Amino acid sequence: MSDNTTPSNNSFLNDAGNRALIFQILLLAMVVFAGYYLFSNLQANLDNRGISTGFSFFNEPAGFPILIHLIEYTEANTYGRAFVVALINTFVISLLGIILATIIGVIMGLARLSKNWLVARLATVYIETLRNIPLLLQMFFWYFAVLAALPAPRDSYEFADFLLNKRGIYSPNPLIQDGFGLVIFGFILSIVASIGVIIWAKKRQTRTGLWFPAYWTSLGVIVGITFIFLAMAGFPIEFDLPQKSRFNVTGGMVLPPEFVAVLVALSTYTGAFIAEIVRAGILSVNWGQTEAARSLGLRDSMTQRLIVLPQALRVIIPPLTSQYLNLAKNSSLGAAIAYPELVAVVMGTTLNQTGQAIETIGLCMLVYGSLSLSISVFMNWYNNKMSLIER
Amino acid sequence: MAIIFKPSPSLPPPVTSVGAVAWVRQNLFSSPLNIFLTLFSLYILYLLVPPVIEWAFINATWEGSSKAACTAGGACWAFIGVYFDQFMYGLYPEAETWRINLAVILLVVMVGAFAVKTINKLYLSIAILVVYPIVAYFLFAGGVFGLEVVETSLWGGLFLTVLLGVIGIVASFPLGIVLALGRRSEMPIAKSVCVVFIETIRAVPLITILFMASVMIPLFLPEGLNFNKLLRVLIGITLFSAAYMAEVVRGGLQAIPKGQYEAADAMGLTYWQSMILVILPQALKLVIPGIVNSFIALFKDTTLVYIVGMFDFLGRIQAANHDSNWLGTTIEGYAFAALIYWVICFGMSRYSMALERKLETGHKRN
Repeated sequence: MSDNTTPSNNSFLNDAGNRALIFQILLLAMVVFAGYYLFSNLQANLDNRGISTGFSFFNEPAGFPILIHLIEYTEANTYGRAFVVALINTFVISLLGIILATIIGVIMGLARLSKNWLVARLATVYIETLRNIPLLLQMFFWYFAVLAALPAPRDSYEFADFLLNKRGIYSPNPLIQDGFGLVIFGFILSIVASIGVIIWAKKRQTRTGLWFPAYWTSLGVIVGITFIFLAMAGFPIEFDLPQKSRFNVTGGMVLPPEFVAVLVALSTYTGAFIAEIVRAGILSVNWGQTEAARSLGLRDSMTQRLIVLPQALRVIIPPLTSQYLNLAKNSSLGAAIAYPELVAVVMGTTLNQTGQAIETIGLCMLVYGSLSLSISVFMNWYNNKMSLIER
Repeated sequence: MAIIFKPSPSLPPPVTSVGAVAWVRQNLFSSPLNIFLTLFSLYILYLLVPPVIEWAFINATWEGSSKAACTAGGACWAFIGVYFDQFMYGLYPEAETWRINLAVILLVVMVGAFAVKTINKLYLSIAILVVYPIVAYFLFAGGVFGLEVVETSLWGGLFLTVLLGVIGIVASFPLGIVLALGRRSEMPIAKSVCVVFIETIRAVPLITILFMASVMIPLFLPEGLNFNKLLRVLIGITLFSAAYMAEVVRGGLQAIPKGQYEAADAMGLTYWQSMILVILPQALKLVIPGIVNSFIALFKDTTLVYIVGMFDFLGRIQAANHDSNWLGTTIEGYAFAALIYWVICFGMSRYSMALERKLETGHKRN
């Protein structure tokens, strides 16, 4: 051996850094090439089929009706407006679904931990049943089996001024009369007042240690002041009651069956998952915490609210976020029962009528991407706010 | 005469503190709130259970060939009987369904063979993962050894559901591992490619991926090259579930203490050796529950292929519900579908819990 310092295997290729570099260059080249290849195929295919790219079709009249629209929409409106209508429908169902699923999940999660044997068993059955059946099947069940089996409008079920039939749930429609501005003023005033009460209660507690039921008081303040202003303005609300006729229902406000089915299915299904998360979160709080709180003389409700819940929330929030994301994404299943949300309107009807596959699917992915991103940004902010602040 | 102290025998505990009475008092009627909750639950059970039992069992019709046979006023299970083959095999020709049954039996036997100690596990794994898929493909599709060709458009029912689920999970597993390793890699380009892929897929619903697979893939391929819809959907499902699998595996990789990586390096193992021999066996064991959970999720998600026009198990139920000879059997169809899906998913979740206990080696920190 004449040259000990450069063993034969210490070549350029044997250096880890060089190998990583080469591997990465190859990978990048592959990705770029694949992208280029797919894109050139796309160009050729689009040319062959005579499809022009771009979003110019957004300004053309859509020509199809959308059953559920929260903003003004007719067939004469453009595809762009149809997109906005669908976007609003997706947002509304996701938001309501998240709220309802959280309520159901918390109730069921607590019920499963209940000391009452029967309640705990029922909650377990609920959770294990709904979690293990596909969401789409549940949506079909609510839509085709439950809501479609309701009576025709003339035989509607009636509760107070509400009607329930196969066309949906009808409720009185509040019509705002002159002088409602005063009520809104009163409402804002009451909110300002209750914020004042909460701040005062907090300051007093830090100063003297005396506790004050600020939240119940502010609830009373809001309801009370709003009611006083409502009375002062002479109750400026009239209700348009739903009236059933032979074949239809006139007047009132309607929740169409598609909406009800999607909302019920989404919130009960996701609620079952949230229940498990809530249960795991509460179980994760050491029993010693509860005992310590008791020995300090806290009541059971205060122990739960001040000691157990804040600590459980730290465990609950991250998986809860992913359930919220799932719910928002699962709202796309509404397309299967004709709830006019994003997928149904944009990737269904618009795609069929215009053939703009790239634009419509890309747009949908972009919207869901930003929806997911905004939910996770919000929940991360909330998580940081709740998480343990260590020295 | 000494007085001997004889203790009188202790009294039995009061009836209210032992046995059934005590249990009921403690668990059902311990406080006013609990009494209310118990009575409320009993009322709900009273409202639900008797009518359901009456409908599903007592007044049910089990046999018959048309809706006319169902006169008892309860469930019409005859509907399921008539459509059973379609629910299981889709439109697969009736004379050929033995091929599906044979493939299923083969798979069960091969998986069952793992329990036999004398069989070489490595050869068995190769047989299941390499040989079996080829055999099964030719069994299903036909075209060799005089087997009749069966178009994939005829595949359907529970057969298609299981096919999509199993292929989706098996194919996504290695891909998910590679993506997870890529995401943890120190190479910036490899890492960003993996992160972008995983996060993009996870941000969008499966439906958009399936639409992409069925509508967009043909646009991205050169003129003339096209493959069938089942394969396109399978690619979509695999990519989708690989992204989720990658996150599950990443969780396991992160849970392995740094000392294990360092020890593997100190032994002079290369990257792949240390991953395959040291890190992955430990990491994958940790995430078995997560893997099974994503399999359950994927299995439930296969129902979405119905939206892009494939008739899986739920799709066939939905199609049968529209049969004008069997109007009014919607609930029976859904109940049957729910039962099958529930049994499979619940069974898998219990199995994963059992597996977790079995693989527990006592190194878990409590």
